[in-house]
Amino acid sequence: MKLLYALCGVVALVALAWLGAGLLRLELVFGVVIPYVAFVLFLVGFTYRVIRWGRAAVPFRIPTTGGQQKSLPWIRHNRIGNPSTVAGVVGKMALELLFFRSLFYNTRAEKRGEALGFGSAKWLWLGALAFHWSLLVVALRHLRLFFEPVPGFVLGLGAADSFLQVGVPLLYLTDVLLLGALTFLFLRRVVAPRIRYISLSADYFALFLLIGVALTGVLMRYFFKVDMVAVKELTMGLVTLHPAIQPATALGPIFYIHLFLVSSLAAYFPWSKLMHAGGFFLAPTRNLPNNSRAKRHINPWNPQVETHSYAAYEDEFREKMLKVGLPVERLVDEAEEAVAP
Amino acid sequence: MYKPVRIVAFLLVILGLVLAPVWLNQGRVAAVPAPSLDTQAINALEERQCVESAAYMRAEHMLLLDSWRTAVVRDGATTYTSSAGRVYAMSLEDSCLGCHDNRAEFCDSCHAYVAAEPNCWSCHNGEEGVTGR
Ligand code: HEC
Ligand code: HEC
Ligand code: HEC
Repeated sequence: MKLLYALCGVVALVALAWLGAGLLRLELVFGVVIPYVAFVLFLVGFTYRVIRWGRAAVPFRIPTTGGQQKSLPWIRHNRIGNPSTVAGVVGKMALELLFFRSLFYNTRAEKRGEALGFGSAKWLWLGALAFHWSLLVVALRHLRLFFEPVPGFVLGLGAADSFLQVGVPLLYLTDVLLLGALTFLFLRRVVAPRIRYISLSADYFALFLLIGVALTGVLMRYFFKVDMVAVKELTMGLVTLHPAIQPATALGPIFYIHLFLVSSLAAYFPWSKLMHAGGFFLAPTRNLPNNSRAKRHINPWNPQVETHSYAAYEDEFREKMLKVGLPVERLVDEAEEAVAP
Repeated sequence: MYKPVRIVAFLLVILGLVLAPVWLNQGRVAAVPAPSLDTQAINALEERQCVESAAYMRAEHMLLLDSWRTAVVRDGATTYTSSAGRVYAMSLEDSCLGCHDNRAEFCDSCHAYVAAEPNCWSCHNGEEGVTGR
């Protein structure tokens, strides 16, 4: 049911774009207005979420750690799993960001007969890694539509990505990887009963939206060709703030569907679980060195508490205490010496 | 905000990256390529017509070429009848480049704009042709 809602949502988006741009010819709306609105929503939403996170108090160190904490010199310290310095945190974050280190340590518990066994579970790590890296490469390759002349690294990336030289137009490996990984991540949610149980509509929606974007892109590149020169005219117009409307006859509904799905994704991004891309950097369980034992962290809004230490108490009542024969830690002379040596 | 400097710096970096195409282009609109049709062969045509309609050619010429290649190399076909009923030899160098013999001003001007680098020319390089004719 949750799956069906999400599917209907994405299908509705596709239908909307097809109807609006393909049939009603609202090229201005779908080619210019909606992309701009979506992009602004993305920027505003991203900023809003980050500032809200920035306003949350993080008085103490709460990192999740994997490895031995820094303690005595003869106990080996895991500098990256359990960092005690900023450099260690940077290392931990970098490994996490680039290689999804914590997912790599994913384990699964299983009952084998009577015994409980733990094994490593790397499929999610592999699927997530393939998906995110492919998405990055695909996104960077799209920069060829936003720069003129096209920067060298974008050309290099495209050439490397198509090095197998299969077919015309050349097949990009990341296109295959991206769709494959997304399919895997989707199947994982449907096939594994425990994961299906915890999957929400929002989980499926994000997946379907991404699959929709990737699929329309692949269809457009390899099967339903569109006039790429017109596409680049449109995209260059958008980024140079001189939008040029392109007739849907040149671009075809498939292009507008692709663009509309991308716009939906951008607009949806900051308000959804996809915002983990920004949250990653702000997560206090990840971006803090674990130095609670080396350094005292004081909660900044703790009220000022009046204290009266035993030493001060003794100073105040020493004579009376001596008079009634109570033991004191320091005698009068010593105490005075200590105060004014 | 508890660490305003860091939060703002982070936002500036992210927004700067996302907006890079906007501020790097500085509103300069690049010229759209105008592939030149001014060749002797084309000027000599009675009807200035490509193999198929211009709109179709603009979008799908690579798929057409690929189907020609398959037809010639795999199936031994030689001629292509267009939807308008005209007949063309299925050849990259003789047909396409026969009319469009200004590759640099025609094919390459578009391809540079969209960063397409067809690898055809490493073999179909015009001097001797692929077959060494
Ligand atoms: C008979 C000569 C002739 C042949 C053969 C020919 N073309 Fe054309 N081509 C033309 C003419 C003339 C035009 C302009 C048509 C128009 O404007 O309607 C054109 C237009 C085009 C366009 C669109 C250019 C634009 O700016 O709109 C492309 C792309 C193209 N040709 C590619 C090819 C390819 C690829 C081949 C080989 C499969 C080919 N042509 C074969 C004569 C030819
Ligand atoms: C109107 C502009 C235009 C003209 C003129 C043009 N092309 Fe293209 N060509 C393109 C575009 C756009 C692509 C696809 C780029 C993409 O999808 O990344 C392309 C792709 C190709 C490809 C597939 C390459 C690949 O790896 O994607 C071949 C082959 C090709 N063109 C051959 C030719 C030949 C031969 C001519 C000259 C006779 C020609 N083209 C003229 C715009 C043009
Ligand atoms: C590795 C070298 C090589 C590359 C690269 C190459 N071809 Fe060819 N091509 C050939 C050879 C060899 C033939 C066969 C020629 C013959 O049998 O007359 C051929 C034949 C063809 C033919 C039919 C016959 C003719 O005279 O044109 C077409 C069309 C063609 N290629 C298109 C392409 C296109 C489009 C590309 C780029 C996407 C391409 N080729 C890349 C070697 C190559």
